[in-house]
Amino acid sequence: MSSKKEKPTIGVFKFASCDGCQLTLLDCEDELLGIAGAIEIRYFPEASRAMLDGPYDIAVVEGSITTHHDADRIQQVRHASKTLITIGACATAGGIQALRNWSDVEEFVRAVYATPQFISTLQLSTPISEHVHVDFELRGCPINKRQLIEILSANIAGRKPNIPGYSVCVECKRKGNVCVVVAHGTPCLGPVTHAGCGALCPSYSRGCYGCYGPMETPNTASLSSQFRILGQTNNEIARAFRGFNAWAWQFRKASEQADRL
Amino acid sequence: MSTSQHPKTIRVDTLARVEGEGSLYIKFQGDRVCDVSLDIYEPPRLFEAFLRGRHYSEASDITSRICGICPIAYQMSAIHAMERALGVDIEPAIRLLRRLFYCGEWIESHTLHVFMLHAPDFLGYPDAIAMAREHKDVVEKGLRLKKIGNRIVTLLGGREIHPISAAVGGFYKLFSRSELLELADDLEWALEASIDTVKLVSGFEFPDFEPDYEFVALRHPDEYPFNEGRLRSNRGLDIDAADYENHFVEFQVKHSNALHSSLKGRGSYLVGPLARFNLNFDLLPPIAQQAAREVGLVVPVRNPFRSIVVRAIEIVFACAEALRVIREYRPPERPRVSAPNRAGTGQAITEAPRGILYHRYDLDENGIIRTAKIVPPTSQNQSRIEQDLREFAPRLAASSIEEATWKCEQAVRNYDPCISCATHFLKLRIEREV
Repeated sequence: MSSKKEKPTIGVFKFASCDGCQLTLLDCEDELLGIAGAIEIRYFPEASRAMLDGPYDIAVVEGSITTHHDADRIQQVRHASKTLITIGACATAGGIQALRNWSDVEEFVRAVYATPQFISTLQLSTPISEHVHVDFELRGCPINKRQLIEILSANIAGRKPNIPGYSVCVECKRKGNVCVVVAHGTPCLGPVTHAGCGALCPSYSRGCYGCYGPMETPNTASLSSQFRILGQTNNEIARAFRGFNAWAWQFRKASEQADRL
Repeated sequence: MSTSQHPKTIRVDTLARVEGEGSLYIKFQGDRVCDVSLDIYEPPRLFEAFLRGRHYSEASDITSRICGICPIAYQMSAIHAMERALGVDIEPAIRLLRRLFYCGEWIESHTLHVFMLHAPDFLGYPDAIAMAREHKDVVEKGLRLKKIGNRIVTLLGGREIHPISAAVGGFYKLFSRSELLELADDLEWALEASIDTVKLVSGFEFPDFEPDYEFVALRHPDEYPFNEGRLRSNRGLDIDAADYENHFVEFQVKHSNALHSSLKGRGSYLVGPLARFNLNFDLLPPIAQQAAREVGLVVPVRNPFRSIVVRAIEIVFACAEALRVIREYRPPERPRVSAPNRAGTGQAITEAPRGILYHRYDLDENGIIRTAKIVPPTSQNQSRIEQDLREFAPRLAASSIEEATWKCEQAVRNYDPCISCATHFLKLRIEREV
């Protein structure tokens, strides 16, 4: 860690993503100037044209790896950083762009671009942890503002971040929501999805669609059976798991099982 | 001064304070600009390919992930296109709620750009945080205004980024009148603060630069445009969204992972705040028209550096419109109308903060997407940004490299480009051949 007088230095790096997770930092309207006072932001192109070289005490990484260039760049970021934190479903699970992983990416490129030979992209969209050691993964599509502040504060203070690994169901019960599955027969990924959003979708009378990825010990087989009882087809079940965290192995397995049936 | 201090090439490898990843390259031959390219190396994410096989109800949540800054624009264009494909008519109260939702996104996105991404250029700071050391009150006011935009989005959508409540036919949840009226005090403050913002930014120094643009924006008979209207231009274009692909063509250039777009037979065009303001000034509420007149903003505004003032005027509009909506709103009987599966094709254009966003979907009889096409505003502005640089850069031939680079970056930031969107695009390099 830096000496007491020196502020920890931070770099924010983007790979394939929508920018939403790093925008979360700028969305901390009440805390932004305070955070900027406690840390030295050395690299954050979305916010500043001053871009300084590492080393960085903390690298905050958004996005998945989808090109050879980015596969090299993440190695450089890792080498320049003491602690590497990945933020969001793209960085922690490959993101929605990982839907290519079940298809022929060349056909995908041909479907979008008239001159596919100008486009350089990998067959797979993969999370950062498949390329380098990651010190902490913050889930969500997008991440939660409070959890981002918690993880940065914990890192600066040298303590373990308090980010619970239980399911959305726990958050739903705490809020006193009526269960959308039990009361309305609405398919909901809440039982297998990592907490963090505050059970948003059930609070708005819709089923959870899995933004935060798999919780610690998800029973996806049981939930898939429940979905069948609710009248969902195997194709619909496969699609439910094949969202923003499709390449997270528990969801991947569940979607492939439904796909085979 | 020896010529070696003047720019031969300007290169910005990582363009800052834009959404996404791109670079800029300008090559001089003496005082002449011989090459300009806006390279977009943001990796392609191939949304139009993987949308195939998904159900119509999933498109708004999936496409919102193209952009964390303007997810509501994606949700609105997707939902309106689906409603057209499925023949769904929404209730008037839902229409009002969608306008309020879009007001929230415009306030949040425009405020982010005006205060945090663009103002530092005019005041000479690398970023808003450095600017806050000497202009704390300005940055704090911007943050509070931004927060109010986000409060609207969070109320209707659950969270600021990738909100979860919008559905084909309406919303997942029913909103009460009192919930919306709770926004009134914040919006009254925001309306005043946005008028002050217009005065503040109109005092900045603007280079004398007025290209001859074709402005393209929606035009609705009675309202400043969000979700509906015909697509109009200052050179006679007047079409329905369904005819978009007959008039506009997307093409690929080697240096960009984002497709460029041009008006058939006419070339580059401009979308966004300048286009909307110039084509719809008469539809702004009196308070926004008054704010524009007070700072001498007269239609047509052709100076792209003044887009920051127009963005501030649109914040005034969005605050006034949000206040109108919450006062007029009466809850509908049900949160949404049903939208049974059927085969069809639907196109929609809505006004994202950065300009028009086109979606088209073909659905099969089970409501499954067969093909999808998405044309974001930054793709459409890409050719025009390069053209601006070609016309603007020659006057920088006598400037220092550092100043020329900064001014070119600023010329790009005039567009508030969203590169993440455009690749569903920036890095500056200036090169000189003597």
